[in-house]
Amino acid sequence: MNKSLQIRSYCQIKNGIISHNGKVVFEHPLTDFEPFIKAAYKNFETDYPKFFKMDNLSKLAFMAAETVLSDKAVEEKNMAIVLSNRASSLDTDRKYQESIADEDNFYPSPAVFVYTLPNICIGEISIRHKLHSENSFFIFDAFNADYLKDYADGLLQNEKAEEVLCGWVDFDDGRYEAFLYIVSETGNHPHTAEEITRLYLTP
Amino acid sequence: MSELKQELKEKIIEQLNLEDVAVEEIEDTDPLFGEGLGLDSIDALELIVMLDKDYGIKLADPKEGKKIFESVDTMATYIAANRSR
Repeated sequence: MNKSLQIRSYCQIKNGIISHNGKVVFEHPLTDFEPFIKAAYKNFETDYPKFFKMDNLSKLAFMAAETVLSDKAVEEKNMAIVLSNRASSLDTDRKYQESIADEDNFYPSPAVFVYTLPNICIGEISIRHKLHSENSFFIFDAFNADYLKDYADGLLQNEKAEEVLCGWVDFDDGRYEAFLYIVSETGNHPHTAEEITRLYLTP
Repeated sequence: MSELKQELKEKIIEQLNLEDVAVEEIEDTDPLFGEGLGLDSIDALELIVMLDKDYGIKLADPKEGKKIFESVDTMATYIAANRSR
Protein backbone atom coordinates (compact mmCIF):
# COMPACT_ATOMS: atom_id res chain seq x y z
CA MET A 1 0.00 0.00 0.00
CA ASN A 2 1.25 3.46 -0.85
CA LYS A 3 2.51 5.54 2.06
CA SER A 4 0.88 8.89 2.73
CA LEU A 5 3.69 11.40 2.27
CA GLN A 6 3.97 14.87 3.76
CA ILE A 7 6.31 17.85 3.79
CA ARG A 8 7.49 18.25 7.38
CA SER A 9 9.82 21.24 7.07
CA TYR A 10 10.88 23.76 4.44
CA CYS A 11 13.12 26.79 4.09
CA GLN A 12 13.97 29.54 1.65
CA ILE A 13 17.04 31.73 1.15
CA LYS A 14 16.67 34.72 -1.14
CA ASN A 15 17.39 38.46 -1.21
CA GLY A 16 19.19 38.57 2.13
CA ILE A 17 16.50 36.63 4.00
CA ILE A 18 16.40 33.12 5.42
CA SER A 19 13.00 31.74 6.34
CA HIS A 20 12.06 28.45 7.95
CA ASN A 21 8.52 27.06 7.76
CA GLY A 22 7.27 30.45 6.59
CA LYS A 23 8.94 32.50 9.37
CA VAL A 24 11.93 34.78 8.83
CA VAL A 25 14.81 33.42 10.94
CA PHE A 26 17.57 35.69 9.62
CA GLU A 27 17.65 38.93 7.70
CA HIS A 28 20.66 41.02 6.73
CA PRO A 29 20.81 44.58 5.34
CA LEU A 30 23.47 43.54 2.83
CA THR A 31 21.82 41.30 0.28
CA ASP A 32 25.06 40.66 -1.68
CA PHE A 33 25.74 36.97 -1.27
CA GLU A 34 29.17 36.93 0.36
CA PRO A 35 28.53 39.32 3.28
CA PHE A 36 25.02 37.92 3.70
CA ILE A 37 25.97 34.25 3.91
CA LYS A 38 28.96 34.96 6.17
CA ALA A 39 26.70 36.93 8.52
CA ALA A 40 24.20 34.06 8.50
CA TYR A 41 26.97 31.57 9.37
CA LYS A 42 28.04 33.76 12.31
CA ASN A 43 24.45 34.41 13.41
CA PHE A 44 23.63 30.71 13.73
CA GLU A 45 26.98 30.10 15.49
CA THR A 46 27.78 27.40 12.97
CA ASP A 47 31.08 25.83 14.01
CA TYR A 48 32.27 24.34 10.72
CA PRO A 49 35.47 26.01 9.40
CA LYS A 50 35.28 24.06 6.12
CA PHE A 51 32.32 26.32 5.22
CA PHE A 52 34.76 29.06 4.23
CA LYS A 53 36.48 26.78 1.73
CA MET A 54 33.24 26.03 -0.14
CA ASP A 55 32.14 27.70 -3.37
CA ASN A 56 29.05 29.92 -3.44
CA LEU A 57 26.64 27.16 -4.51
CA SER A 58 27.78 24.86 -1.72
CA LYS A 59 27.62 27.66 0.87
CA LEU A 60 24.04 28.35 -0.23
CA ALA A 61 23.01 24.67 -0.13
CA PHE A 62 24.86 24.11 3.17
CA MET A 63 23.16 27.03 4.92
CA ALA A 64 19.72 26.03 3.58
CA ALA A 65 20.29 22.47 4.85
CA GLU A 66 21.45 23.78 8.24
CA THR A 67 18.15 25.67 8.50
CA VAL A 68 15.75 22.99 7.31
CA LEU A 69 17.47 20.24 9.32
CA SER A 70 17.86 22.34 12.46
CA ASP A 71 14.82 20.97 14.28
CA LYS A 72 15.63 17.29 14.20
CA ALA A 73 18.69 15.04 14.32
CA VAL A 74 19.08 13.33 10.94
CA GLU A 75 22.29 11.39 11.39
CA GLU A 76 20.45 8.18 12.28
CA LYS A 77 18.02 8.55 9.37
CA ASN A 78 18.35 7.21 5.87
CA MET A 79 17.70 10.60 4.29
CA ALA A 80 18.13 10.83 0.53
CA ILE A 81 19.01 14.13 -1.12
CA VAL A 82 17.49 15.31 -4.42
CA LEU A 83 18.48 18.80 -5.52
CA SER A 84 18.10 20.81 -8.69
CA ASN A 85 18.93 24.15 -10.25
CA ARG A 86 19.20 26.09 -13.51
CA ALA A 87 22.83 27.30 -13.54
CA SER A 88 24.56 24.05 -12.58
CA SER A 89 28.03 25.03 -11.25
CA LEU A 90 28.55 27.84 -13.79
CA ASP A 91 29.62 30.41 -11.18
CA THR A 92 32.59 28.25 -10.18
CA ASP A 93 33.18 26.98 -13.73
CA ARG A 94 33.76 30.58 -14.83
CA LYS A 95 36.21 31.21 -11.97
CA TYR A 96 38.15 28.10 -12.90
CA GLN A 97 38.16 29.03 -16.58
CA GLU A 98 39.63 32.43 -15.67
CA SER A 99 42.45 30.71 -13.78
CA ILE A 100 43.48 28.70 -16.85
CA ALA A 101 42.82 31.28 -19.57
CA ASP A 102 46.29 32.87 -19.58
CA GLU A 103 49.07 30.56 -20.77
CA ASP A 104 51.69 32.81 -19.15
CA ASN A 105 49.93 32.79 -15.80
CA PHE A 106 48.66 29.23 -15.74
CA TYR A 107 48.06 28.25 -12.13
CA PRO A 108 44.76 26.33 -11.92
CA SER A 109 43.47 26.13 -8.37
CA PRO A 110 42.68 22.58 -7.11
CA ALA A 111 40.42 24.11 -4.44
CA VAL A 112 38.29 25.79 -7.14
CA PHE A 113 38.38 22.81 -9.49
CA VAL A 114 36.79 20.43 -6.97
CA TYR A 115 33.60 22.53 -7.03
CA THR A 116 33.13 22.47 -10.82
CA LEU A 117 30.19 20.06 -10.53
CA PRO A 118 26.80 21.02 -9.05
CA ASN A 119 26.35 17.83 -7.03
CA ILE A 120 29.39 18.64 -4.87
CA CYS A 121 27.02 20.66 -2.69
CA ILE A 122 25.16 17.41 -1.93
CA GLY A 123 28.48 15.95 -0.80
CA GLU A 124 29.04 18.87 1.55
CA ILE A 125 25.60 18.39 3.14
CA SER A 126 26.17 14.63 3.39
CA ILE A 127 29.55 15.08 5.11
CA ARG A 128 28.12 17.60 7.55
CA HIS A 129 25.14 15.41 8.52
CA LYS A 130 26.86 12.02 8.09
CA LEU A 131 24.41 10.88 5.41
CA HIS A 132 25.34 7.85 3.30
CA SER A 133 22.26 7.89 1.14
CA GLU A 134 20.81 7.99 -2.36
CA ASN A 135 21.35 11.34 -4.03
CA SER A 136 20.74 13.05 -7.35
CA PHE A 137 21.15 16.51 -8.82
CA PHE A 138 19.03 17.67 -11.78
CA ILE A 139 19.32 20.68 -14.08
CA PHE A 140 16.06 22.34 -15.19
CA ASP A 141 15.16 25.61 -16.92
CA ALA A 142 13.06 26.51 -13.88
CA PHE A 143 11.89 25.01 -10.58
CA ASN A 144 10.17 21.72 -11.45
CA ALA A 145 7.85 20.60 -8.65
CA ASP A 146 6.34 17.73 -10.68
CA TYR A 147 9.69 16.05 -11.32
CA LEU A 148 10.94 16.45 -7.75
CA LYS A 149 7.65 15.15 -6.38
CA ASP A 150 7.71 12.03 -8.58
CA TYR A 151 11.37 11.32 -7.81
CA ALA A 152 10.93 11.66 -4.04
CA ASP A 153 7.77 9.50 -4.19
CA GLY A 154 9.75 6.79 -5.98
CA LEU A 155 12.50 6.77 -3.36
CA LEU A 156 10.10 6.63 -0.43
CA GLN A 157 7.48 4.24 -1.84
CA ASN A 158 10.25 1.84 -2.86
CA GLU A 159 11.88 2.17 0.57
CA LYS A 160 15.15 3.48 -0.79
CA ALA A 161 15.00 6.16 1.91
CA GLU A 162 13.06 7.08 5.07
CA GLU A 163 12.98 10.79 4.21
CA VAL A 164 14.08 12.93 1.27
CA LEU A 165 15.69 16.36 1.40
CA CYS A 166 14.50 17.96 -1.84
CA GLY A 167 14.67 21.28 -3.55
CA TRP A 168 16.31 23.99 -5.58
CA VAL A 169 19.68 25.69 -5.01
CA ASP A 170 20.69 28.11 -7.73
CA PHE A 171 23.59 30.56 -7.88
CA ASP A 172 24.57 32.54 -10.95
CA ASP A 173 26.12 35.95 -11.52
CA GLY A 174 25.52 37.04 -7.91
CA ARG A 175 21.88 35.92 -7.91
CA TYR A 176 21.01 33.26 -5.37
CA GLU A 177 17.94 31.28 -4.42
CA ALA A 178 17.45 28.20 -2.29
CA PHE A 179 14.25 26.33 -1.45
CA LEU A 180 14.67 23.07 0.42
CA TYR A 181 12.01 20.84 1.96
CA ILE A 182 11.87 17.46 3.68
CA VAL A 183 9.48 14.77 2.48
CA SER A 184 8.49 12.39 5.24
CA GLU A 185 5.64 10.22 6.50
CA THR A 186 4.83 13.00 8.99
CA GLY A 187 4.24 16.68 8.46
CA ASN A 188 1.66 19.41 7.99
CA HIS A 189 1.71 19.85 4.22
CA PRO A 190 0.61 17.26 1.65
CA HIS A 191 3.39 16.12 -0.68
CA THR A 192 1.76 17.25 -3.92
CA ALA A 193 3.18 19.27 -6.80
CA GLU A 194 0.61 21.99 -6.09
CA GLU A 195 1.66 22.33 -2.43
CA ILE A 196 5.37 22.24 -3.28
CA THR A 197 4.83 25.02 -5.82
CA ARG A 198 2.76 27.02 -3.35
CA LEU A 199 5.47 26.81 -0.67
CA TYR A 200 8.15 27.69 -3.24
CA LEU A 201 6.22 30.79 -4.35
CA THR A 202 5.27 31.93 -0.84
CA PRO A 203 7.65 34.75 0.16
CA MET B 1 63.94 33.99 7.46
CA SER B 2 61.44 35.38 9.98
CA GLU B 3 60.00 37.65 7.26
CA LEU B 4 59.50 34.63 5.03
CA LYS B 5 57.76 32.75 7.84
CA GLN B 6 55.43 35.68 8.46
CA GLU B 7 54.70 35.89 4.72
CA LEU B 8 53.97 32.16 4.57
CA LYS B 9 51.54 32.35 7.48
CA GLU B 10 49.67 35.20 5.78
CA LYS B 11 49.55 33.35 2.46
CA ILE B 12 48.39 30.10 4.08
CA ILE B 13 45.52 31.89 5.84
CA GLU B 14 44.47 33.84 2.75
CA GLN B 15 44.86 31.20 0.06
CA LEU B 16 43.43 28.33 2.08
CA ASN B 17 40.52 30.44 3.40
CA LEU B 18 41.29 29.81 7.07
CA GLU B 19 38.70 32.34 8.16
CA ASP B 20 38.95 31.72 11.90
CA VAL B 21 42.77 31.56 12.15
CA ALA B 22 45.06 34.55 12.92
CA VAL B 23 48.75 34.79 11.99
CA GLU B 24 49.69 35.00 15.68
CA GLU B 25 47.99 31.67 16.35
CA ILE B 26 50.30 29.74 14.01
CA GLU B 27 53.55 28.70 15.69
CA ASP B 28 56.54 28.12 13.40
CA THR B 29 56.67 24.45 14.39
CA ASP B 30 52.90 23.70 14.46
CA PRO B 31 51.99 20.73 12.24
CA LEU B 32 50.07 22.03 9.20
CA PHE B 33 48.16 18.78 8.71
CA GLY B 34 46.39 16.49 11.16
CA GLU B 35 46.01 17.92 14.64
CA GLY B 36 47.71 21.23 13.84
CA LEU B 37 45.98 23.53 11.38
CA GLY B 38 43.93 20.58 10.11
CA LEU B 39 44.70 21.09 6.44
CA ASP B 40 43.46 18.44 3.98
CA SER B 41 44.63 16.91 0.70
CA ILE B 42 43.18 19.71 -1.45
CA ASP B 43 45.05 22.22 0.73
CA ALA B 44 48.24 20.25 0.04
CA LEU B 45 47.66 20.67 -3.70
CA GLU B 46 47.07 24.40 -3.20
CA LEU B 47 50.39 24.66 -1.34
CA ILE B 48 52.15 22.95 -4.26
CA VAL B 49 50.61 25.51 -6.65
CA MET B 50 51.68 28.31 -4.28
CA LEU B 51 55.31 27.12 -4.28
CA ASP B 52 55.29 27.23 -8.09
CA LYS B 53 53.41 30.53 -8.50
CA ASP B 54 55.04 32.60 -5.76
CA TYR B 55 58.52 31.08 -5.42
CA GLY B 56 59.21 29.40 -8.76
CA ILE B 57 59.57 25.96 -7.18
CA LYS B 58 58.13 22.99 -9.07
CA LEU B 59 57.86 19.82 -6.99
CA ALA B 60 58.88 16.97 -9.30
CA ASP B 61 57.58 14.40 -6.84
CA PRO B 62 54.43 15.37 -4.90
CA LYS B 63 55.53 12.90 -2.18
CA GLU B 64 58.27 15.40 -1.33
CA GLY B 65 55.49 17.63 -0.02
CA LYS B 66 54.99 15.49 3.06
CA LYS B 67 58.29 16.66 4.59
CA ILE B 68 58.27 20.16 3.10
CA PHE B 69 54.78 20.94 4.40
CA GLU B 70 55.28 19.61 7.93
CA SER B 71 55.30 23.13 9.38
CA VAL B 72 55.95 26.78 8.52
CA ASP B 73 59.54 26.16 9.65
CA THR B 74 60.14 23.32 7.16
CA MET B 75 58.41 25.23 4.36
CA ALA B 76 60.53 28.33 4.93
CA THR B 77 63.76 26.33 5.03
CA TYR B 78 62.92 24.56 1.75
CA ILE B 79 61.80 27.75 0.00
CA ALA B 80 64.88 29.70 1.10
CA ALA B 81 67.14 26.97 -0.32
CA ASN B 82 65.28 26.41 -3.61
CA ARG B 83 63.43 29.58 -4.64
CA SER B 84 63.98 31.12 -8.07
CA ARG B 85 61.87 34.22 -7.46
